[in-house]
Amino acid sequence: MNANTAVHVPATIIASAPRIDRVMVEERAASFSKRSLKKASKVRGLRLAISMMDLTSLEGKDTAGKVEALCRKALRPLDRDPSVPSCAAVCVYPNLVPVAKRELAGTSVQIASVATAFPSGLSPLSIKLDDVRRAVDFGADEIDMVIDRGAFLSGHYAKVFDEIAATKEASGKAHLKVILETGELGSYDLVRAASDLAIAAGADFIKTSTGKVQPAATPGVVLVMLQAIADHYRKTGIKIGMKPAGGVRHAKQALAYLVMVKETLGDDWLSPHLFRFGASALLNDVLLQLEKDRLGVYHADDDFSRD
Amino acid sequence: MNDVSHDAGQRLAVAKTYKFFVGGAFIRPESGRTYPVTTAIDSADAHHVNAPRASRKDLREAVRVAAGAWKGWAERTATNRGQILYRIAEMLEARREELHQQLVRSGSSAGDAKVEIEASIDRCVYYAGFTDKYQSLLASANPTGGPHFVFTLPESMGVVGVVAPEEAPLLGLLSMALPALVGGNVVVVITSECRPLVGLVLGELLATSDVPAGVVNILSGPSAELATELAKHREVAAIHVVADVPQTLIDVERLGAGSIKRVKGEGHVFVERLYTPRGQGLSAIERWIEPKTIWHPVAI
Repeated sequence: MNANTAVHVPATIIASAPRIDRVMVEERAASFSKRSLKKASKVRGLRLAISMMDLTSLEGKDTAGKVEALCRKALRPLDRDPSVPSCAAVCVYPNLVPVAKRELAGTSVQIASVATAFPSGLSPLSIKLDDVRRAVDFGADEIDMVIDRGAFLSGHYAKVFDEIAATKEASGKAHLKVILETGELGSYDLVRAASDLAIAAGADFIKTSTGKVQPAATPGVVLVMLQAIADHYRKTGIKIGMKPAGGVRHAKQALAYLVMVKETLGDDWLSPHLFRFGASALLNDVLLQLEKDRLGVYHADDDFSRD
Repeated sequence: MNDVSHDAGQRLAVAKTYKFFVGGAFIRPESGRTYPVTTAIDSADAHHVNAPRASRKDLREAVRVAAGAWKGWAERTATNRGQILYRIAEMLEARREELHQQLVRSGSSAGDAKVEIEASIDRCVYYAGFTDKYQSLLASANPTGGPHFVFTLPESMGVVGVVAPEEAPLLGLLSMALPALVGGNVVVVITSECRPLVGLVLGELLATSDVPAGVVNILSGPSAELATELAKHREVAAIHVVADVPQTLIDVERLGAGSIKRVKGEGHVFVERLYTPRGQGLSAIERWIEPKTIWHPVAI
């Protein structure tokens, strides 16, 4: 890409991003939580949600032992019921990717790694790209990058665009998820603009949040991002994935998001290839609901492993 | 000035909507359902009153909220728990008239209502005094053959389900909930089914007596059905049921076994004891305590 287009294209994308009606988006987003999903359809939805989960641990205190436990849980979320599907992936810091690789080699569970100076993204590009290449070398199948929100909010769209494009190149075969950190963007207009920018720059997935900033994934923000994906699909026929992360703690929220995805994008997106939940606490709540359905008894928090 | 509100004959009294007390808030039943409670014919305002009818989901929500409040309550100092339980007595004393009216409405004679309220206040004071004493009375230094100190210490169990008796709707309820609270447990209470209003009013009073949100949760509804749901719920560590129907007690015992719950089921004898010295005591506190035994080497 020559220097001219590099500056010009991102500015056009931002300028042509549609404006968002906050009131209507929030009202429509809230409406998805009012569907009544019961019994068999609820169980199917919950199992689907598990199969879409990126089971995540992104704490400074993460150890190899903790990541091993996380991997085993992702592989078989409920030891006493082998019919519960595996999670889609585990999501860890780059240093712990080799541990996850050792645990998950030969299984369906993917390894996602955050990179690019997560969670702020405020490091020189060369360091961020190095971070990405190492994570891929360690065995990461998916890279969760953060955009430089400071640059985005200052209007340096070309810088953000180029960094995403460079990261995509550095990721090689690994899938690239671009974290917008919507809680720091401040408005739905900017969420939509950032979504369009990330998609144009080569994102395979767009993702709401790092989980380190509140608010994280909210129904309104997710709906705006899904609409950006829908518009891109209509224009180009290319399917971009979506990953709400942070703040999805309850089974009911997960079901509401599945309804939102189905009614905004259609059945194709109801698959771990195109939709993921970034979550840690969500899995236990979903298991709680599944066990309630299976055994007819409400379970205690202690009935499930903590991770 | 012609102020209509001064015209007593024209004024329409504002009826109260009774609500559950869960997590420090007054909430309506999730299903929106209520059930009629017949008040005494000869009471001043005899009429039908609706009480909220708890469903399984209301119970689940109450248990969830209670479980979240457990740690904070158990970690409070013994003195502070005592102060809070004493504060309940203060609030009961301050709102005697309202409680009296509720008990009379639900069928007690004026004299019986007075006795029940006074006994209830005294019971709060009695258990308030126990919060910093039961540990010394229930803990022990145990003999052992080896070079170890062996201690047994009382710890709280968690969420205790209480299904209050039909009779003595205030004293019975408090006599069941207080000993569990003394030991650092949190409670989910099902009021008397036929006479729920005084228990629901108790919630309004607890809301102003420093009891942390979620420590006491009060629901009303079909007691036998709710008792079996409490018995099944795995988050509930123990359950105390007073019921006149033996089958309820059998069901609770059987279902509670699924999660190795501590179950205490009693019949009418519980109510008979309420006004006797056996209506309160250390043994009631001990019932909702988990003894923890620690072995510690004498020297290294």
